Amino acid sequence: MITDYFLSIAIMICMYSILAVSLNMILGFTGLLNLGHAAFFALGAYTSALLSLAGFSFWISMISGGCVAALFGLVIGGSSLRLRGDYLAIATLGFGEIVRILLKNGGDLTRGALGLVGIPRPSFFGIVIKTQLQYFVLYLIIAVLCIFLLWCIAQSPFGRVLRGIREDELAVSSLGKNVFQYKVIAVSLGACFAGIAGSLFAHYITYIEPNSFGFMESIIIVCMVVLGGLGSIAGSVLGAVLLIIFPELFKMVVQEWLPVSIEMQAGIKFLLYGVILVVLMLYKREGLLGEKRRGNHDLAS
Amino acid sequence: MDLSIAVQLVLNSILAGGIYALIALGYTMVYGVLKFINFAHGEIFMIGAYTAYAASVALPMQVAVPFSWFMSILVVLFLAYHIPFDSFFKKRVWYQYLIIAGILLVVAKSISYFFLYLLVHALPLWISALISIIVCAILGFVIEKVGYKKLRGKDRLTPLITAIGFSIILQALALLMFGGEIRSFEYKTQESYEVFGASITPHQLLIILTSIIIMILLHLFLKYTKYGKAMRAVTDNMDVAKIIGINPDKVISLVFMIGSGLAAVAGILIGIEQNLHPTMGIVPGIKAFTAAVIGGIGNIYGAVLGGYFIGFAENIGIWFIPSGYKDAIAFVILLLMLLLKPSGFFGQQKEEEVRA
Repeated sequence: MITDYFLSIAIMICMYSILAVSLNMILGFTGLLNLGHAAFFALGAYTSALLSLAGFSFWISMISGGCVAALFGLVIGGSSLRLRGDYLAIATLGFGEIVRILLKNGGDLTRGALGLVGIPRPSFFGIVIKTQLQYFVLYLIIAVLCIFLLWCIAQSPFGRVLRGIREDELAVSSLGKNVFQYKVIAVSLGACFAGIAGSLFAHYITYIEPNSFGFMESIIIVCMVVLGGLGSIAGSVLGAVLLIIFPELFKMVVQEWLPVSIEMQAGIKFLLYGVILVVLMLYKREGLLGEKRRGNHDLAS
Repeated sequence: MDLSIAVQLVLNSILAGGIYALIALGYTMVYGVLKFINFAHGEIFMIGAYTAYAASVALPMQVAVPFSWFMSILVVLFLAYHIPFDSFFKKRVWYQYLIIAGILLVVAKSISYFFLYLLVHALPLWISALISIIVCAILGFVIEKVGYKKLRGKDRLTPLITAIGFSIILQALALLMFGGEIRSFEYKTQESYEVFGASITPHQLLIILTSIIIMILLHLFLKYTKYGKAMRAVTDNMDVAKIIGINPDKVISLVFMIGSGLAAVAGILIGIEQNLHPTMGIVPGIKAFTAAVIGGIGNIYGAVLGGYFIGFAENIGIWFIPSGYKDAIAFVILLLMLLLKPSGFFGQQKEEEVRA
């Protein structure tokens, strides 16, 4: 079914939009490079999958997925946010890999590399979400809600403080704000929404395994945020849309003339991601929709 | 545990440690000069392994042709940075770029035939190693000139994201050229020597000795040659080095070339023992970074010690915990180091540089 195919792409876009906007909270607004965002995604997915398998309802498991990820964000943030920008990036990368390794060796609970299978589909008020269209409508509503919430947070005084931290940490702390506390809250907020996205992912694919939450996944999310523009919520959504649609478009168009193996498709996709990162950083640091920075402000020191 | 197992663990640790130390040297040298984490370093290690593999076996045509193009384009870019094209034209005109691109393409095409010849024949290991070191040194040079040079003096995240971009590009290129399947140098299994009941193959002995010899050579280079001294001077204080007439651009290029060459050596050494895969660079890259952090990033001798420390911690650690957690050991050490003592054990660097 061709409509189902398009709908499945749209559903992926919904999930990745949440992920990209939630990372934007951390990377774009606060200026903290988080290379372990896929770990929050994974924690949300695993938590909600395990709860669903234990018989809890979709909503409860989704919310608790978000909460566990947020808690984890609190731990990561609390322990590593005193590090400077590039060291923080490597530390979050380390955290992300540790989470993946723990899930892989989690024994009977996470079933290791085999992953969790047969995650129940979302159901409420007696309706079981089965078709792609139902999934799309449900996920679209959740995505819009999440993004709206994050947008509200970004517009609030709290969001302004975060942007202030990105521009000049010293100035913000001289205004009497506890910079460290703000950073930790920003990270755990981003983590919470990434966890919700993970829960959506688990309930849509109904099968999760540790290797789908590797370092590459984190990089893809970073790439979406950078492409869309740091600090722009519409930009992150645009980045997610473009980076999900392009590989699919490529598959459809090129496959007609050139038979390309799945491996080649992956290679070309990653090549594109890499080129986007390099070209944007060298020539257009504000991304597609990011706010143009006046003066020679640094991203984060 | 009895003696033979202990000796075996120590041998394995020295083996892995030497390789981590070689990669860590590249990280720490670049950090010393430019104060930034060259994330693409692990991928240069991977390209080094693949290049040595490609030269030492007879590659089939459909792999050899794209790889020969990759190598020739790198060489042409390297040469192009040394030719003052602007002086050939009386004034700047738009079509000069077309002419230059055309000339470079023709040169690249002819060089690619030379590489193709090398790739489709099986060359002895030492020649393939030489080719791999040269290609990686050039790759390091080109990446620095194309990417990092423009970002010098900017904030810290921009070069890091650029470096991540380059590392993905290199991974993707390796995947496109060689495919995702696991490759190996196709050596026959060798008879092993017995040392106190532990076994060691001639290849493993080669790895241990080569890594130690290379590090001694690097030490002599830094200590006694003009370029080595210039490199240390720039690491120490770039502004003062400029004042006394050292060209920092040249030194930075040299640092990238030497660091990448060392990564290539590590790649070749690991390629002899283990399988090659386009993603093989990530995990050793992070472990080597950990080694550099342990040694106090920027400190060359610290990086060597850190490399061996990681090697020992990992190989002795899996004696006590399940082997599935082997990679986690280095990550946990990395986090503990970053959180508790980010200046490393031998760093001259101050804490404030690392803390936000």
